[in-house]
Amino acid sequence: MTEYTEMLNRERNAEWRVALRNSVPNKERIAIERVKMTEVEPHERIKSQTCEVNCGLTAEQAQREASRCMDCVTPTCVEGCPVSINIPKFVKQIEVGKFLDAAATLKEFSALPAVCGRVCPQEKQCEIKCFYSQKMKKEPVAIGYLERFAADYERLSGKIQIPKVEARNGIKVAAIGSGPSALSFAGDMIKFGYEVTVFEALHEIGGVLKYGIPEFRLPNSVVDVELENLKEMGVNFEKNFVVGRTASFDDLKELGYQAFFVGSGAGLPNFMNIPGENLNGVMSSNEYLTRVNLMYANQSDSDTPVMLGKRVAVIGGGNTAMDAVRTSKRLGAERSIIIYRRSLDEMPARLEEIKHAQEEGIEFMNLANPVEYLADAGGRVAKVRLQRMELGEPDASGRRRPVAIEGDIVEIEVDLVIVAIGVSPNPLIPACLAGLKMSRYGTIEVNEETMQSSIPEIFAGGDIVRGGATVILAMGDGRRAAASMHRYLQEKHKK
Amino acid sequence: MNKIVEKFKLSENVCKFVVEAPMIAKSRKPGNFVILRVGEKGERIPLTIVDSDIAKGTITLIVQNVGASSRKLCQLEAGESLTDMVGPLGKATHIYKAGTILALGGGVGVAPLFPIVKAFKEAGNRVITVLAARSKDLVILENEMREWSDEVIVMTDDGSSGRKGLVTEGAEEVIKREKVDECVAIGPAIMMKFCALLTKKYNVPTQVSLNTIMVDGTGMCGACRVTVNGETKFTCIDGPEFNAHQIDFDELLQRMRAYKNEEDQARNNK
Ligand SMILES: Cc1cc2nc3c(=O)[nH]c(=O)nc-3n(C[C@H](O)[C@H](O)[C@H](O)COP(=O)(O)OP(=O)(O)OC[C@H]3O[C@@H](n4cnc5c(N)ncnc54)[C@H](O)[C@@H]3O)c2cc1C
Ligand SMILES: Cc1cc2nc3c(=O)[nH]c(=O)nc-3n(C[C@H](O)[C@H](O)[C@H](O)COP(=O)(O)OP(=O)(O)OC[C@H]3O[C@@H](n4cnc5c(N)ncnc54)[C@H](O)[C@@H]3O)c2cc1C
Ligand code: SF4
Ligand code: SF4
Ligand code: FES
Repeated sequence: MTEYTEMLNRERNAEWRVALRNSVPNKERIAIERVKMTEVEPHERIKSQTCEVNCGLTAEQAQREASRCMDCVTPTCVEGCPVSINIPKFVKQIEVGKFLDAAATLKEFSALPAVCGRVCPQEKQCEIKCFYSQKMKKEPVAIGYLERFAADYERLSGKIQIPKVEARNGIKVAAIGSGPSALSFAGDMIKFGYEVTVFEALHEIGGVLKYGIPEFRLPNSVVDVELENLKEMGVNFEKNFVVGRTASFDDLKELGYQAFFVGSGAGLPNFMNIPGENLNGVMSSNEYLTRVNLMYANQSDSDTPVMLGKRVAVIGGGNTAMDAVRTSKRLGAERSIIIYRRSLDEMPARLEEIKHAQEEGIEFMNLANPVEYLADAGGRVAKVRLQRMELGEPDASGRRRPVAIEGDIVEIEVDLVIVAIGVSPNPLIPACLAGLKMSRYGTIEVNEETMQSSIPEIFAGGDIVRGGATVILAMGDGRRAAASMHRYLQEKHKK
Repeated sequence: MNKIVEKFKLSENVCKFVVEAPMIAKSRKPGNFVILRVGEKGERIPLTIVDSDIAKGTITLIVQNVGASSRKLCQLEAGESLTDMVGPLGKATHIYKAGTILALGGGVGVAPLFPIVKAFKEAGNRVITVLAARSKDLVILENEMREWSDEVIVMTDDGSSGRKGLVTEGAEEVIKREKVDECVAIGPAIMMKFCALLTKKYNVPTQVSLNTIMVDGTGMCGACRVTVNGETKFTCIDGPEFNAHQIDFDELLQRMRAYKNEEDQARNNK
């Protein structure tokens, strides 16, 4: 038995857990239906970019949902969580109404539970591993909803517990970027007692959480509370600071920084390199979402403009594509269309997002791929030519490969096209660090356990290591990097 | 927050600012730019770093009032602060000993041209500068340019200063007169297009610095994309300087008009 499963077991044998298990027979627990998240009605929510779609659970709903969980001997759900949250413990704490304790349990494992409870692809992680999904072919315990509930409860109660931090040890370390990987790294390092500075190129802290994911899915106020906590714990934030440009790594070393965590993300948007892609009215999802989410271009008092469209096509099938297409609907598009080269089943976006998009009247054109954009007389995009596809043999990813149907080309009228076909790692940092070992995809190579790069004092994690991944994986990386940087620096200072 | 230490009016619509930015002053090189904002809902505006003073920890910016955001900036006075500023961004100009440099500046493009002229001169080149503007009042940095150039030719549309004519006329004269090893042209896109056509005719290698639309300036959005030698490049990280003879100027001109309607509206509203 590993140390971790031992711990899970020990916790499970706590008196209150045993009593709770015995108080309700499993048959009763199984009979309860999975909670339904209350949502703002589609016609209402598409009026606003900031109206959060999911309303969260009431305490009563949460406790009832928590009571479905059978507190399994072998909680397989935990295996599905990239940061191994002690799921049954926090769920049972909710069941008995100890919501603040549940929040504290979450915080032992995750720096941003209110964020992950909202944006984690739970259906592919913890929830798919739940006993209900695995063995009973029933709907899993709504772990994500419960996580969000506990974190929100704590935030709204005003009784946020600021984790204890060790006395300052005088050793300076830096995080580069301020996305989820860097934030969770900073949170742990400050707890260990280091002087931590987070350097961010943009004028806002939060990375994709701020400039990418829209407020209707993740309100900025939720992220801001987490940032305030980090500030209160003593993390120093430097905005408008591009490491490698404003100051080099050598400059920072001269200022006393002894080790670095690179969490600079995968910010470089991919394009398809097809004719007409540089026409006005064709832009990357990063540009579109940044103008709206970071620069508030949709608000009348903002100086930044954003192009509006009546017929908007979004190319791609991931979370980013869903965010962009749903944003376009909220900014007044008459038709908002997803164009994706595979079928609906193969879309990488979260199920919940696809469902919400469908409810909001988003059209889906599957098995179609743009081959050319055509302009109107004024030089703005007016049409997209699409190649129809069909599914062929499975490819390396196990998904069936889309193949072009010879000669089957259609044109549709559009006045705004948003390209959301993925991002590449941000090349800025690698370009200024000679000797840093990179993969051929432009990601930084690290030891998977320690997150240490080929340069000993440089650690890395999140999308700059994984290519495009998820918030929770980025966070897990940040935590692992913190733990091993801590070991590395302690070793170094012993000598 | 970056404090404005000094402000000067260079012409009716052009202001010069000396701004506190110690880190940027130290790390910037000729050709680099910054992105700044005025106000919490302000736009991110790219501006070239014209000069810097490491000892004082300041950089110099020159801005032309062309629209809503540049006007907001021009309304700030010494003692007030920019909301934020980031840089230095973009690749630095490749400065080397080439021989004779022909520097062409149009309108406010003279501002980004200045640090390049200075650096080429310091690298031991002969520098001939042609400054062009619509009329006498709009010619900027003439004295500074004279200090760092072997010769300065001023061209105005109406002949109110220097000679009457376009920048390309002054340039052609020089190219015909003596051997030019490299040309640098900065100004409105349309001016750069015609400069590129001219120097191509005479086979003079030419660099231009593009002022595309930008948002982040770190390679994240692609708003600044431009076609160079048939390939899409991002001006903020691959540029802003490119080989003038490889640029698709018609596409560039088109893309710079992308937000024309929205900009006109903003100008009229504010
Ligand atoms: C629109 C969109 C929707 C998404 N939806 C989901 C979702 O629902 N669920 C999910 O799990 N994941 C989602 N993702 C993916 C997830 O957001 C990312 O995997 C995650 O944010 C990566 O975190 P990171 O720490 O690597 O850095 P990022 O969040 O990418 O942030 C990197 C930061 O580093 C800064 N930076 C870069 N270079 C420098 C430098 N040299 N100096 C200083 N700062 C620098 C950047 O400005 C940026 O702010 C989504 C992504 C997008 C774009
Ligand atoms: C790398 C880089 C360096 C730059 N350096 C400088 C500099 O040193 N000094 C300076 O004054 N400007 C410079 N610019 C241009 C400057 O950023 C823009 O003029 C400014 O952002 C315009 O904002 P605005 O809201 O005031 O005008 P907008 O409302 O955005 O535009 C107003 C009108 O001016 C036109 N316009 C926009 N930009 C330009 C331009 N660059 N030249 C001519 N017409 C334009 C527009 O088409 C529009 O019709 C630079 C741009 C880049 C990308
Ligand atoms: S962090 Fe994500 S995967 Fe882990 S328990 Fe929470 S919702 Fe599930
Ligand atoms: S597997 Fe499901 S039922 Fe079992 S402990 Fe985890 S959440 Fe509860
Ligand atoms: S300005 Fe965004 S990529 Fe260049």
